[in-house]
Amino acid sequence: MELDSRPCLAVGCRLNESDGKGRMLLMPERALRLNGPSLEIVERCDGRRTVRQIISELQTIYSKAEPGKVEQDILGYLALLRDKRALDFASNAAATENEGKG
Amino acid sequence: MNAISPPLALIAELTHRCPLHCVYCSNPRELKHRADELSTEVWARVFREAAGAGVLQADFTGGEPLARPDLVDLIRAARGAGLYVSLITSGLPLDEARLDAIVAAGLDHIQLSFQGAQEEIASEISGTKSHAHKLRVLEWLKKRRVALTLNFVIHRENIEQLEEMLEIGESSSAGRIEFANVQYYGWGFANRERLLPTRAQLDRSVEFLESAQRRLRGKMSVEFVVPDYYAKYPKPCMGGWGRKLMLISPDGEALPCHAARMIPGLRFDNVKERSVLDIWENSEAFRKFRGEGWMPEPCKSCDRREQDFGGCRCQAFLITGDAAATDPVCSLAPERARVDAVLAAVNGRGADSAARAEWVYRPNPA
Repeated sequence: MELDSRPCLAVGCRLNESDGKGRMLLMPERALRLNGPSLEIVERCDGRRTVRQIISELQTIYSKAEPGKVEQDILGYLALLRDKRALDFASNAAATENEGKG
Repeated sequence: MNAISPPLALIAELTHRCPLHCVYCSNPRELKHRADELSTEVWARVFREAAGAGVLQADFTGGEPLARPDLVDLIRAARGAGLYVSLITSGLPLDEARLDAIVAAGLDHIQLSFQGAQEEIASEISGTKSHAHKLRVLEWLKKRRVALTLNFVIHRENIEQLEEMLEIGESSSAGRIEFANVQYYGWGFANRERLLPTRAQLDRSVEFLESAQRRLRGKMSVEFVVPDYYAKYPKPCMGGWGRKLMLISPDGEALPCHAARMIPGLRFDNVKERSVLDIWENSEAFRKFRGEGWMPEPCKSCDRREQDFGGCRCQAFLITGDAAATDPVCSLAPERARVDAVLAAVNGRGADSAARAEWVYRPNPA
């Protein structure tokens, strides 16, 4: 996984509305319950932040945890979501170009 | 008894009308007519009640859901209720304008079903010419923002075409591709002897699809369902009876699964008379095989009973005549010999045997 790539939710994947039943990541034929760190990660997969930035922000939030462990956990979770086809990864160059158009 | 956990998905069988006549259709042998179908307003209420009961996803299916002229309103109503909306379709009645309208209404996901990799086999299986149109729909979908799953229903007559099916998937915008072997209920059961693949075909297909899964990891999710006749243990049918899913038939009857109507003595409630939550918790049909109280041995004391929930009740009834029997595909089931006899016949005469029954096609109800 490229640390400079920018993950975003794939088409057909979205967070449910927060209605007190807990946050879920909805996708074709599946729903993943998100809580704590998993929700912190998914909320940051916005196509603007890079993987590196997401790791750094989570390391700040979970400052009591060992930073290397936080990084490994995040990379593992992003790979899991990628394999479930819940995330797309824009290369850094492509994302910058899109921002230029926006 | 523990508290009943909420249903997760609502399978909305909007209609039984369909331009295709597939020989393995999951609809019941007795089809509902247009005059029996629920109105837009009742469906909209059902979606709100379902979301309130905890349902996350609505799967619109049929028949062909596009046969409903109010499909756009139904999608908007389900999405408005907070549900994730999937459309399971043959794509046949679709044109670009209608596709734009259903995507704009908030459709999250389309599952496009295929009968094969080529026109000839697809037409034979579905009794309709539809394959070329499906390929056009795939091109339209590339330009639209909606998740796509391709679903290929697999059986003896098309299991040798997996490579070409995968090529169709890879040249499309699909994030998922399913290779789902026919399940043997209803129409599939009527055509079982022609549809069951041989053991050799199945082994080759599993090897091919496992390698495709590895190659496409991260690009396209490749999923497959093997025929449970060949399995050692039964499937956790519907994720357990009355445990995750509720199916609403076109006339509003709430069923624990697609085929449950075949089981004698089950009484179904209708969403026209009772709420989704009331039916989920109290309907006799949902309570009948929920949990473990109904289980016979060897299920009752089996370590796997919380994984497969005793398998499929409809299959138990179809093969043994007793809906409360252990699913006979289980290697531990007292009636497994009945399944083995079917496999022996299929594998004995081989896939190329001249023994060919006539297809029983599913009709299109008025």
